[in-house]
Order: sequence, then structure tokens, then C-alpha cells
Amino acid sequence: MAYSEKVIDHYSNPKNVGTLDKGSKSVGTGLVGAPECGDVMRLQIQVDDATGVITDAKFKTFGCGSAIASSSLATEWLKGKTVDQAMAIDNMDLVEELNLPPVKIHCSVLAEDAIKAAINDYRVKNGLEELVFEEKGVH
Amino acid sequence: MLKFPIYLDNNATTPMDPRVLEAMIPYFTEHFGNAASRNHPFGWEAEEAVDYAREQVAALIGADPKEIIFTSGATEGDNLAIKGVYEMYASKGNHIITATTEHKAVLDTCKHIEKLGGEVTYLEVKEDGLVDLTELEAAIRPTTILVAIMYANNEIGVVQPIKEISAIAKKHGVLFFTDAVQAVGKIPVNVINDGIDIMAFTAHKMYGPKGIGALYVRRKNPRVKVTAQMDGGGHERGMRSGTLNVPGIVGFGKACELSRLEMADDAVRLSKLRDKLETALLQIEESYVNGNREHRLPHVANISFKHVEGEGLLMGFNKNIALSSGSACTSASLEPSYVLKALGLGDDLAHSSLRFGLGRFTTEEQIDYTIEQISNTVHKLRDMSPLWEMYKEGIDLNSIEWAHH
Repeated sequence: MAYSEKVIDHYSNPKNVGTLDKGSKSVGTGLVGAPECGDVMRLQIQVDDATGVITDAKFKTFGCGSAIASSSLATEWLKGKTVDQAMAIDNMDLVEELNLPPVKIHCSVLAEDAIKAAINDYRVKNGLEELVFEEKGVH
Repeated sequence: MLKFPIYLDNNATTPMDPRVLEAMIPYFTEHFGNAASRNHPFGWEAEEAVDYAREQVAALIGADPKEIIFTSGATEGDNLAIKGVYEMYASKGNHIITATTEHKAVLDTCKHIEKLGGEVTYLEVKEDGLVDLTELEAAIRPTTILVAIMYANNEIGVVQPIKEISAIAKKHGVLFFTDAVQAVGKIPVNVINDGIDIMAFTAHKMYGPKGIGALYVRRKNPRVKVTAQMDGGGHERGMRSGTLNVPGIVGFGKACELSRLEMADDAVRLSKLRDKLETALLQIEESYVNGNREHRLPHVANISFKHVEGEGLLMGFNKNIALSSGSACTSASLEPSYVLKALGLGDDLAHSSLRFGLGRFTTEEQIDYTIEQISNTVHKLRDMSPLWEMYKEGIDLNSIEWAHH
């Protein structure tokens, strides 16, 4: 299977690889996937407490090129969005932007899950209730 | 000058040797006859060419030419051997013994046999990929008619103790079949010394053309017969009907002859290159060889790089280097290689593996380039692997509750 140019670009020059301080109250961390499934994504957001705007986002991903590209693109999209806006990111937007083939849709689902997990982590740390998201079930 | 892409997937298929192609060409146009046409020179020429190729093929494995049944390849050979024995020896029993690391052509054929009412024992292999001989012998029942164990594994290259396996089968009056696709033409295989009763092999894994293979079927001590799976003109001693693929057979014969003459030198050269590759890659932290390193094909290596996913790793260089991975990251199959899992590897290591298959045309320059590219990519991906970061922080990955999806 050939990868799309956008996937290759994110794989070759991934954006926002790194680690934020997961102990900080203004950082939300989402760790999703499992080593035995061949994908693990960790996505982190740094939120400005006053405005609710995501000022920084970082990822580290163990997985195929599409998984790396999905998380790289997700961090790009997260920066500058408010937490509420971030919740609206849909995996199909990632699929479309990266031209992911059907067998790689689960990579985008994982990225969406990582975003939501990071948001929930941030919410819990700041005394807000955990949000319940609908299962995508495309894994 | 290096030419790209570099081909290191010779377990999947090999390029054809130009000398093989040269031998085949006249049989497409000039000598196009049907080897079964007995009444004119076109048929005679074709038959003569087939007879000669049959001798070349037989000579490589120490067989009599009459014991060679041409097939379309090893998948057909595996099917014909297992289904053919099951039908032919039905009055003797219905039990077959095989191993979990066999090729799908053997495993799926065995599953088919089970649907027909046959019984199959799938032996687990040891950690190094080898069959446990005691377990094999213990699995034999009065109704056992066939032991089907591959000569060498396609993913990890381990070579099974064929002589010992065949001796056990013989002691109990059970036939021994081996899928020797990866071994024939690469290491010495001799059906007499190895005690093989039936053996499948194919041309395209040994620098010959695709679409042609052979099944060796022993003619004496014991005389073995398999029930044909294709009905028709009664070609190949009635075991495999169908007009013979004359150009393919000629090419297969030539490929066998070249292997017979050159494989010893190839093996020495390739094992040096393989060892160079392996030694260099094992310098990388947390990298492991999969399978027994001693009883192994000289040109094969299977290495896992912990905390890096195989498909992602391949993407780092697959425009320039053709390799395969034990990881399949698709929604259809999140399962990593069943062969690596059978060795007891955790799914994480199984997902992190690369298979190297060197070949007759592999050069040292290509190996040097491969070492450099893989080392760079492993380091790059580990820098972005959350698992590697946790491992470095001393976190036990098994202690984490992963969200299985």
C-alpha cells in the first residue's frame, strides 16, 4: 500500500514531537492504544487556564506511518483552539486531510481518542467532571 | 554506485537469474510444443526439454527424475501432498501432525482436512522455533498417516531437525512430508539422506520463474502415492493433470542446476553478509534476533527492535530498501506474525520485527547502506515512541492498563 504524500510528510517531518510536564495542572495527557495492537499514542495539551485556549500540544506515537501522521496533524490542529473547539475534532477530518485508506481509519480514531483523553485528564485535574464520549467502534 | 530500491525480501520471491531467462526464451516461441503431443517434432522437442529439466531438478535433491511431479508452485504442492495422502491412505488412518509455524498453505490445508473429518495435531514449537522431537513422537497415534513439518521457516529461517523428524516418522510407519520451499537451492537437501517421503518446493524462491514448482513423491522404500487433486489427462504419472508449463519447467531445471553448482559458494558469501548485518544491528540497544541462530538458513535474519513498530520502521526507508515486517497494522488484521507469536514473543516484540532475506544478487554495499538506514530510523522512531520514553524512565509497561481496542 502506498502512503499519501501528506502522511509521508508528517512521518518524515513530524510536528510537535515531545513531552509536556504531565504533573502540571494546566497539562492534559491522553495515552491510548496498546503495545500488542501495534499502536500507542500519547498526546498532551497545555491549556491557558484563563482563556481555555490550547497554547501547546505534543505527541509521541508508537505505530505505523499513518498513526504517526494522525497524531502529528492532531497536535497541529489543537494549537490555538479552545478546549471546547478541540472536542469537535472528528477522526474523519483527519482521514480526509491525510487521505487515509480504509484500513488505516483506526489510526485516526486513535488520535481522536487521544485528544478526548487529554481533555478529560485536563478537566479532572481542574476539578471538572469527566466527559463521556460516544464509542466510535471503528478500531 | 548503489541502485535503488535494494531488494532484501528474497524469502518472498527471488529475482530470476538472467541465465534462467535465457534458457526459457526459445520455449515460448520456437519450441512451443505440448509435451504430451507424441506425434510430431514440436511435441518431441518439448518432451525432451521437460525430461532434461526433470533430471536437473531431481539432481539437486538427490531424487530419481521419475519422482518429480511438476506443479504450479508450492501452495499446490502442499495441497496435493496433504490432501492426496489423506485420500490415498484413508483406510490406514485420518490423523496428521504438523506445527503451528508452518506456512498458511499447509495450515489451511490441514484445516480443510479437519472439515472433511480428519484429525490434525498442531505442535507448538520451542522458543527458538524448532519442533520438540519428544512431543512429536508422543503425538503419533495408530491412526497417524502423515507428519508435515517444514524444512526451513519463511519468517525466521530456522531449519528443523529433518533427519531426526523423518526417523521418528519412519519408526512408526508414518509418511513424512516437508515444505522445503525456503531450503531447496539454498542449503543441501537430499531426499535420501534426509529420509523425506514427499517434498514441495518452487522455482521462484531459487532464482527461477513464478508459476512452476515440484512435488517430490518417493517411489521406493516406501512407494508413496497421492490421490490427484486435479482430474484430466493423467499427466505426471496420474498425480497432476494439466498441460505442462514447458518454459517454466525449463527455467526451473536451469535454476536447479545453477543452485546445485553455486549454492555452496552463495551460502558462504551470504552468511558473511548476514552476520555483518546482524552484528551491526544488534549493536542497537534492545534489539533481538528471533529464532535459533545456529540452525538457520545462511541468508536469513529476523530481528526485533523493541518499542518501535515494524510498519512504521519500514516506512523510514521502504522507498530504497525492500524488506518485510512481522507487524500488520490494518483494521483487518491487528495481529502480528503468528510465527513470532508461536515462539512466545510478546505482541510488542512481534510488532517490532523486520525480516531480512538476502539473495544471490545482494552486495556488501547494499548491506552497509541498510545498516545505516535502519539504525537511523530506529533511533528517530524511538525518539518519538512513548513506549521507549517510559522504558527509559524505568516504567514497567506491563504495569499499565492499556485500552485494548
